[in-house]
Amino acid sequence: MPQIKINGDLRNVNADPQMPLLWVIRDILGLTGTKFGCGIGACGACTVHMDGQAVRSCITPLSVAAGHEIVTIEGLSPDGTHAVQQAWRANNVPQCGYCQPGQMMQAAALLKQTPRPTDQQITDAMSGNICRCGTYVRIRAAIRSAAGAI
Amino acid sequence: MTHIVNLSRREVMIGGVAAAGLVLGIYAGFRKMPAGPADASARATFEPNVYLMIDETGLVTIVAHRSEMGTGIRTGLPMVLADELEADWSRVKVVQAQGDPKYGDQNTDGSRSTRQFYQPMREAGASARQMLEAAAARVWGVNANDCRARNHAIFHAASGRQMSFGDAAKVAATMEIPTPDHMELRFKPASEWRYVGKPIPIVDLDDTVRGKATYGIDVVLPGMKYASIERCPVYGGKALQFDATEALKVPGVEQVLEIPATPIPSGYDPLGGIAVIARDTWSAQQGRQKLKITWDFGSNASHDTTAYRAQIEATAKQPGRIVRDQGDVDATLAATQRRIAADYFIPHYAHAPMEVPNAVANFVDGKCEIWTPTQFPQQARTTAAEVLGVPVEDVTVNVTLLGGAFGRKSKPDYVAETALLSRRIGAPVKVTWTREDDIQHDYYHAICAQHLEAGLDAEGRATAWLHRTVFPAIESTFQPDVIYGSAGELQQGVTDMPYAISNVRCENGPAPAHVRIGWYRSVFNIPHAFAVCSFADELAYAAGKDPVEYLRQLLGEPRKLDFAAMHVDYPNYGASLDMYPVDTGRLRGVLDLVVRSSEWGAPLPPRQGRGVAVHRSFLTYAAAVVHVAVGNDGQVTIPRVDIALDCGIVVNPDRVRAQFEGAVIMGISNALYSNISIKQGRIEQSNFGDYLVARTDITPETHVYMVESSAPPGGVGEPGVPPIAPAICNAIFAATGKRIRALPIDPAQLKTA
Repeated sequence: MPQIKINGDLRNVNADPQMPLLWVIRDILGLTGTKFGCGIGACGACTVHMDGQAVRSCITPLSVAAGHEIVTIEGLSPDGTHAVQQAWRANNVPQCGYCQPGQMMQAAALLKQTPRPTDQQITDAMSGNICRCGTYVRIRAAIRSAAGAI
Repeated sequence: MTHIVNLSRREVMIGGVAAAGLVLGIYAGFRKMPAGPADASARATFEPNVYLMIDETGLVTIVAHRSEMGTGIRTGLPMVLADELEADWSRVKVVQAQGDPKYGDQNTDGSRSTRQFYQPMREAGASARQMLEAAAARVWGVNANDCRARNHAIFHAASGRQMSFGDAAKVAATMEIPTPDHMELRFKPASEWRYVGKPIPIVDLDDTVRGKATYGIDVVLPGMKYASIERCPVYGGKALQFDATEALKVPGVEQVLEIPATPIPSGYDPLGGIAVIARDTWSAQQGRQKLKITWDFGSNASHDTTAYRAQIEATAKQPGRIVRDQGDVDATLAATQRRIAADYFIPHYAHAPMEVPNAVANFVDGKCEIWTPTQFPQQARTTAAEVLGVPVEDVTVNVTLLGGAFGRKSKPDYVAETALLSRRIGAPVKVTWTREDDIQHDYYHAICAQHLEAGLDAEGRATAWLHRTVFPAIESTFQPDVIYGSAGELQQGVTDMPYAISNVRCENGPAPAHVRIGWYRSVFNIPHAFAVCSFADELAYAAGKDPVEYLRQLLGEPRKLDFAAMHVDYPNYGASLDMYPVDTGRLRGVLDLVVRSSEWGAPLPPRQGRGVAVHRSFLTYAAAVVHVAVGNDGQVTIPRVDIALDCGIVVNPDRVRAQFEGAVIMGISNALYSNISIKQGRIEQSNFGDYLVARTDITPETHVYMVESSAPPGGVGEPGVPPIAPAICNAIFAATGKRIRALPIDPAQLKTA
């Protein structure tokens, strides 16, 4: 039975190894913070961390995720105080909020790798994440304000 | 500090609202008289109206009856109530209403929530505050007029006594609730507002950043099944037969069922299709791919966007049904010094909210309980009851957060199909649309062709204006044989053309529909503002004038449009024209504000330019200045957008700002990227790989300016979108000399030779 480490817990998953990690997380493990948006890796709503890297869980089969350390929005910080979450609050980023877990996971991975990103680096890292409400201005501002805090 | 009786304000508001037929909305908010003293004394919670409860601990629970799809209304309307109540915001809990007519109108579209419910929320808060004051006065044996609520407590100045809201509520719960027409409500003066006009964070902010906010797609019931539905790729088609053998072999797939197709026009009813029921979402999707279905594609199987576009463009060249008529356009155009003509086109758009349509339903013993992201909870309830054939009272609709909506989630087809499936399988079930389902089975924003003509005199002043618009109407989704637009559609940028021109004729030509047409954020203001604001810019250049100067001249002296004199049926978005006139002075106001706040007129490098547009929609005035840069490869970038708005009273300025920031992005999507086309009746796009929307790489530096106003509140969610696309195209003209008249913008047209 495939086994994944998710938000620090080791979990056995009784599912088809081809099932995308997104549906494993949502339907089997019951963590609903990770969102479905497109199913083809084109919108970023399903972004999680795999060994610290941002990945699109909707196109990552369980067989690929097995044995790796997965972090979802629920595990980004124990108490919701990751620098990115703080910056999202301070900038009042969300409108409908649906894409924001994916945006925050993408931003957290960016800042971990590049603590002080340039505007171009923000664009490059975040252009895979769609926000149909159009919160991009505030996402960019939040990332700049969180920069250096990680 | 004593409160003042602000009757004048109340008369103005109620007078206007009454004219719009919304008094029921207000008084629906007040409970009937309590049943009797015995019942009354047993109550521990003070519930003076359907929007408010105060328990003995002092916890204030406010019911949000409008749907939260990202506008912040779940915060905004409770702020208004809490402010009048003198509640401490940190001791306010917001709960979401189910779909129920007792709350009044819950159809969260048309940018109407604040406009319609600002005053009812004030009344709900003020009446409860006065009841709490009366309760404290009774306990103290003093005159209620000497008791004042302040920040979650009642104070008696002369004796220095105070009583918490919780204690006062306990007493108030035993007292008779006066009918509203027996209360003289005292409203707080604006100078004492604690929350209205302040930037208050949304109540769901913390849940959202922790990933704990619950959307429809997140609802899970014990024993719940998961369904995915294959629908006919052509609107109006149906399954002739299907073979589920292979689908049923997919591990996790449990059943395959047919949902009967609804004859077209299908309205809010399900499209029908073949549903695969499984133990999880992915298994259902996998099973669906193994279905073998033979379709009858029906009457729209030859529909083709290229041919249809040619058809509606030809129609726009012909005289149509006259919807506004002033002076003599034909004679003026015939005699004019210069006659300018232009044709504009916009395609269909899909809503593509980030959360796809979905619902959870549990049908048990003849009753159905539903959880769903819906903008229109009462319609969801009614449609579900109709397709189930049960009384509406036997359907409960719980409204979750909405992961975007933009008009898509006012149509509850996805709710009704889920309810049907739950009854068929005898278990709770969740239907989740794929993104492909969403893009290919939407209620599309209408494709639209327009023809405009104007005459200019020797000084370049416009003397005549002819505007023809041709589009499939939204009513075609609900009624057969609809080929003309309604007054409600034509008011959106056609019949309310605000320029001071003596000879004006507006016409609407016929167009049949071959797909479901629906409301999409800003609706017909999108094509019409695109054409009208682009054409104004074309006239400015033809006249050799600065576009801003020319717009000021076109707007003329401040005046209110006289629709009777123009022979126009003008619904004014359902609001009274006395309370919400079309005021060209306010158009001028937002134009002037954006021009002086932006860098209009400052020099720019080659292939860069600024464009301007001003438009009223949903009772709010908006003007934008867009700065574009056009690469030699024809690619458009947008360094900066300035947008000014006048929406009257602002409840939550941070959320108003956010809506306009977002409107800029949606306007950019409409202008640069999004396009739905149809071939052989099938939508050609399928997902975000080919249905393109704006991403962070195109995001401009954005500045939002608000006119300070005490005018009645107008709309906020939609009015920011319409001026963006024309301002972009006007800027492109300023940068390149090339006029874009069709969307989305084709970069090939903008390449250097």
